[in-house]
Amino acid sequence: MAVTFTLNGKSTTVEVDPQMPLLWVLRDTLNMTGTKFGCGMALCGACTVHINGEASRSCITPISSVAGKKITTIEGLSTDASHPVQKAWIEEDVPQCGYCQSGQIMSAVALLAKKPDPSDADIDDAMSGNICRCGTYQRIRKAIHRAATLQASK
Amino acid sequence: MAQTFSFDRREFLKNTAASGVGLLIGFRLDARSADDPAQAQEKPIVNPLNAWVRITPDNGITLILAKSEMGQGVNTSLPMILAEELCVDWKQVEIEQAPTNPKIYQLGTGGSGSVASSWLPLRRAGAAAREMLLTAAAEHWNVNRDTCVAQDGGVLHGARKNFLTYGELVEQARKLPVPDLNTVPLKNSREFTIVGQELPRTDAKTKSNGTAKFGIDSRVPGMRYAVIARCPVFGGKVKSFDARKAKNIPGVQEVLAIEPVAKGAFSAGGVVVLADNSWAAMQGRKALDIVWDQGPNAGESSETLRRQFLENAAKPAKALRDEGDAETMLSKSAKKIEASYEFPFAAHASMEPMNCTVYIRPDGAEAWVPTQAPQWAQDVIAEVSGLPHESIIVHTTLMGGGFGRRYQADFVMEAAQIAKATGKPVMVLWTREDDMQHDFYRPASYHKFSGAVDSDGKIVAWKHFQTSTSIAAMWGEKGEQDSGGGEFGTAAFIPYQVENFRVAYALAKSGVPRAWWRSVEHSTSGFVVESFVDELAALAGTDPLEYRLRRIGDDRDIPDFTDPKEGKALNTARLKGVLKFAAEKGGWGTALPKGIGRGIAGYYSFETYTACVAEASVVDKAVKVHRLVYAVDCGRVVNPDGVRAQVESAAIYGLSAALYDSITIQGGRVEQSNFNDYEMPRIADTPKIEVHLVASTEEPTGIGEPGLPVVAPAVCNALFTLTGKRIRRLPIRSEDLA
Repeated sequence: MAVTFTLNGKSTTVEVDPQMPLLWVLRDTLNMTGTKFGCGMALCGACTVHINGEASRSCITPISSVAGKKITTIEGLSTDASHPVQKAWIEEDVPQCGYCQSGQIMSAVALLAKKPDPSDADIDDAMSGNICRCGTYQRIRKAIHRAATLQASK
Repeated sequence: MAQTFSFDRREFLKNTAASGVGLLIGFRLDARSADDPAQAQEKPIVNPLNAWVRITPDNGITLILAKSEMGQGVNTSLPMILAEELCVDWKQVEIEQAPTNPKIYQLGTGGSGSVASSWLPLRRAGAAAREMLLTAAAEHWNVNRDTCVAQDGGVLHGARKNFLTYGELVEQARKLPVPDLNTVPLKNSREFTIVGQELPRTDAKTKSNGTAKFGIDSRVPGMRYAVIARCPVFGGKVKSFDARKAKNIPGVQEVLAIEPVAKGAFSAGGVVVLADNSWAAMQGRKALDIVWDQGPNAGESSETLRRQFLENAAKPAKALRDEGDAETMLSKSAKKIEASYEFPFAAHASMEPMNCTVYIRPDGAEAWVPTQAPQWAQDVIAEVSGLPHESIIVHTTLMGGGFGRRYQADFVMEAAQIAKATGKPVMVLWTREDDMQHDFYRPASYHKFSGAVDSDGKIVAWKHFQTSTSIAAMWGEKGEQDSGGGEFGTAAFIPYQVENFRVAYALAKSGVPRAWWRSVEHSTSGFVVESFVDELAALAGTDPLEYRLRRIGDDRDIPDFTDPKEGKALNTARLKGVLKFAAEKGGWGTALPKGIGRGIAGYYSFETYTACVAEASVVDKAVKVHRLVYAVDCGRVVNPDGVRAQVESAAIYGLSAALYDSITIQGGRVEQSNFNDYEMPRIADTPKIEVHLVASTEEPTGIGEPGLPVVAPAVCNALFTLTGKRIRRLPIRSEDLA
């Protein structure tokens, strides 16, 4: 089945099983590997992308459900890691293994779009779906506060 | 009587390497000699300007990284060491992963040993390259070599104000004799400009924009995605299967069976579904009809294992250490306590599930492997393909976490078997469920302690019995007959002065695979020793910090009980130093808000001294950890921010063990399957973590793991001050909190 959606600003059509999750369409069909597979059950957040601006778990999102929608992946934030959240991530030296960080960043970007100056409690709420086994949470928290400042000064 | 161990982790590494398994694991002591070209006499002289540093005529400088990057930051810290001696501008360098060539590189990455084992070899390699470039410059100008200075990626001749870049010198330099690495002059540490600096990670950008390539991101033209149905019962295998429905799934290409491998790589075998995308392969697997032969372990459960532990505890045990007469002293002491501690199996649960991509052609093979053990991967592919090692290229990719799990070769074995059978490039992809249910787990164990103190609080008896589904028993040549002391001996290597000291052990049998889990046996030894000494402090009525300092006693070196010959002695001054440092930074003895307790633990592992002060409370029958204050003495610090990051990481991993990690067994299989039933800390669980580093000029020691063993005891000791109740089993259960 052909499904058409907007991916990082470009109209994209894929011909796949309608039940195939967006995650695998991105990774295997479109070779966009920045979005990661972690659990397949929306438990860890590694696969987080934006669908119409909402942070969503692409591993449980059938491709048929995104027809006509706008999808943003980590590759769509910026081409040169210049997005304020990416800059904050680099300045705080957040990543360790780095595998979960695409999902963390996509969740953080969605949070800051809604709450430009989030409290620690807001961060806990918005980021609780994203696991980091390296335990970079303390730096994630700092980076989100830093990104809020960077965004405000833009 | 201290026994000589027939087997320990290091022996295992030597034995298996020598016996042709080819498992060259880079744990610290092996690595230290094997990594060092000067000490490996059978090896040819390695030209550092080929092996470690590559310089192009336009002065592009590439430093070779010969350890695997799994988040611990070796792709920053190790090149920093090379760059320091080479005298180049850090901003100028590129970093490249070393090829799998055991003649030059000891690639195994584990045992918190990368910086410790590479420190001297990399300094020597960098210095040798620098000296060759200096000589080339002096020859070029026909001047005294002593008048030339290496700096910023070039050589300056002071008198003439001449400057030649390394790029201009390298062709000539490469042809010069390689200096003797044992005598090559090393920089005075006072001149260091890179080592000791807070440098950002070299991969922070690519890991923030989605371009970092992990094993799972490998893409080879014509590649097929393979998902394997493994017998859920450990040790079981395929009896028969029907693939008709699976083959009807769109995208599924092929279905085949692979054999289990019962030694070495320990892969489970199973039924493989190959497809043109991951999703189709997973759907195909769901559609398989398989009849399993469940094998010999179907009756095992966590309950049967616990019964075995208790039976072992009631039987005579093998003594590791038996000094004085603990039994008699206990019987005649008035102030004494008993305590039993228990741990379940624990899974590594790295965020990137296991995967491996292999292409075996008739004339050679190529593989993309997220592995801590690239040489073992190469060995496995050689074994399966029948190809010589030289024709097998193993690309070590980034890893989405390792923690010891990726020291295994089971996932490589599977990929090699399938690649060999199909002749096509194949990625074996594990789902989270596969990863959770076919791990090599931290052993489950049971510990029984008795101790007595005299009226001054001195420890007059310390008796510790341990029984575990030993790692060594699984991997050692002697199997379950004996595991020896490396693993059990850690708990017999304590810093506290004890008059009558007995540590004994018994093996427990299990069909559950076990292996190295971050900090290995220290994760449990640290808990039991630092919990029990806290219990003794309370028995003696002494402040826990004061008690530790007194019972450690005088400044002295205590030989490494697990390896008296090669292991580094524990220096009690350094251990007391971190205890006092953490106490000072953590406000030990100061008032806390109501409902918050404070506890401490100090521990020596991987040659590093770590202490932690924890603040915790109980909220709605659950533990809330507010703050962890660390003091760490890991010798000279190459990159302070990298070290702090590793301690922060180990803190969360240790918190995971304290609060959540529990793999339980029923019917010979793992009951947990994903992050819903194997939970781990999330951002809201994260305490404030402060890491204070001891300024030191000692040799660098391990840092990936030593932050872990102190977390759980520090937290539980803090909770005791609130509840008056000791927590003696992990993870912490709500019924143990009141």
